[in-house]
Amino acid sequence: MAAIPLWAQLINLLAALLLLLAFAMLAQRRVLTLVDLFAAQGFALACSTAIVAFATHQPHLYWSAALTLALKVGLLPWLLLRMIRQLDVQWDVEGLINIPMTMLIGIVLVVFAFNLAYPIAQLANTVTRATLGIAMASVMLSFLMMITRRKAIPQVIGFLSMENGLLFAATSATYGMPMVVELGIALDVLVGVLILGVFFFQIREQFDSLDLKHLEKLKETEE
Amino acid sequence: MIEIFAVLGVPLAGALLLAVIGEREEAPIANVVVCGATLAAAAALTVRVISSGPLLVADKLFFVDPFNVFLVALTAFVGFTTSIFSHPYMRIEHAHGRVTAGRLRLYHSMYQLFNFTMLLALLTNNMGILWVALEGATLATVLLVSLYRTPESLEAAWKYFILCGVGIAQALFGTILLYFAAERILGAEGGALLWTELNAVKGQLEPTVLSLAFVFLLVGYGTKVGLVPLHNWLPDAHAEGPTPVSAVLSGLLLNVALYAVVRCKVLVEGSLHTSFAKELMMGFGLVSVVVAAFLLSRQKDIKRMFAYSSIEHMGIITFAFGIGGAIANFAALLHMTVHSLTKSAIFFAVGHAAQKTGTQAMDGIRGLITISPLIGWGLVLGSLAILGMPPFGVFASEFLILTTAMREQPWATPFLLLALGVAFAAVFSKVQPMVFGETSARRLPARPAMAPVFVHLALVLLLGLWIPPVLAEWYRQAARLIG
Repeated sequence: MAAIPLWAQLINLLAALLLLLAFAMLAQRRVLTLVDLFAAQGFALACSTAIVAFATHQPHLYWSAALTLALKVGLLPWLLLRMIRQLDVQWDVEGLINIPMTMLIGIVLVVFAFNLAYPIAQLANTVTRATLGIAMASVMLSFLMMITRRKAIPQVIGFLSMENGLLFAATSATYGMPMVVELGIALDVLVGVLILGVFFFQIREQFDSLDLKHLEKLKETEE
Repeated sequence: MIEIFAVLGVPLAGALLLAVIGEREEAPIANVVVCGATLAAAAALTVRVISSGPLLVADKLFFVDPFNVFLVALTAFVGFTTSIFSHPYMRIEHAHGRVTAGRLRLYHSMYQLFNFTMLLALLTNNMGILWVALEGATLATVLLVSLYRTPESLEAAWKYFILCGVGIAQALFGTILLYFAAERILGAEGGALLWTELNAVKGQLEPTVLSLAFVFLLVGYGTKVGLVPLHNWLPDAHAEGPTPVSAVLSGLLLNVALYAVVRCKVLVEGSLHTSFAKELMMGFGLVSVVVAAFLLSRQKDIKRMFAYSSIEHMGIITFAFGIGGAIANFAALLHMTVHSLTKSAIFFAVGHAAQKTGTQAMDGIRGLITISPLIGWGLVLGSLAILGMPPFGVFASEFLILTTAMREQPWATPFLLLALGVAFAAVFSKVQPMVFGETSARRLPARPAMAPVFVHLALVLLLGLWIPPVLAEWYRQAARLIG
């Protein structure tokens, strides 16, 4: 068996880190720490993109890495922190989640994701194909996080972290999407967060809280 | 080429313009003018495509073929008539104090942006841009759904954002998988996300990857189409947002999302050579038709009821595309057109009816024909049309779909017939007392715009009696293209 080059090992390391961070987010109740974890995940994503760019000589991936760095590590966490401070929800703690149970479901999801990714990873001719399963797993973990959270900001962080996982899938399986598409995705994410920001204030103004339990009026059984 | 840029540029410029002047007295007029200009550009594009065939321009980034050209024309047309309807409607809402001037500015600007994103989604050749545009369409409409800032509208908008956001993330994953499969054949530089390129090599794409990609794409875009069980956001968003927004969501956005699904289906079908994609679409379609039909009778809110009717019709269209083949595709395209026209007409009538009676609860709406014969008849005729009564166009397309289903998928016909029957009973029994009987209506501060309702219904009637040969030829070409 041929030795794995250093950069491929680095990418595997970062992929593992990404998954670990996804689990950490799943288990984290405090909003501020969640933002930090999200920024760390973005940083791992940017590093791995840059390493793929270096190893495969794909100049456009450097741009993609820079974009990730600016958006996911700089701008979005800053925006989120600002919103959290303005809404005065720094000390919000998510009370209603059963962490051990969520973690167990998370592990099942990871196994499922690896199984799902296996046939595709076999086909990939990129050197980083092993990480496809991890990317898929972190998408699913973020999804789980969104389902289990009852507060607005953690749900949104779950949403953004899902997007991290997707971008990681894009780099690890295909060496990145065409630049115009990546720019478009980045724009959508940014606009999405801004709109959500407006939205948080509207929800707050209306309900005096960002707890989504207030948003459960519209049901089918109104009889 | 210039026509394509005009179709996209006009609404984008309109969005910027209205972001500045959107709260002024003349903003609704400006909105109509911009939509009119978009419609003119779309008409020019249509004429161009009829005379010189499909276009592929700007480094293959945009393309027009028979499939999307008719949707572009339809989108621009309904966008225009909705803007005419929205003029008095939003003025009345403003007078009733439901929206402030600042929110009207947001409304007008986002309305144009929404038009832009839909047209971009239709015209782009790049599957990635298609994704970006559809996500953009969600983002543009989220703040429109929550325009009234009531607790219910905020909830509806939040649900809409999160569910469609998650859905569209699945679609992104599907797109990544598609790119992954294509890149192996076309190379990273070969425009591996361009639909025309993909279509040319679809036979060589890796079937395992494509089948997985299609599942993600169908679930993702299917959320936006409102397919059951991914439909939860749809009735809420339609019921709680302003009526012009309900009209364009139902009449246009659902179509555009379905268009994305069909484009993907063409590629997957070419790669797989099995009926996997067909079966998935038929399954989702049929479940949507049946579930939505049974939920119709339980609705209390008039806009919610017609939102469920949209789910039902989207189910029918998805089912028809699932059957595939020249006739079913033809019928599906026709149904897309007539549903879009009829449903937006109904929402126009419903919007004014709700304003007249001051409620959206069907129990509170009574005797429309006595207070306003135009609104009453608009609602009756629209409901009859959407329920598939001859001689309206919906009858023609549903009849075609049913007969094709009987021939090719006989097992599905009982379900379809049952659902259509249930839907008929439910909607008709609710519309009838709203239109006739005692009344409790009030005068409106502005004259309602009923012309769009009757223009739409006249077109649907026309399509039921006689489809112009040019249009029929398009449908046939598009149906062949979809395969």
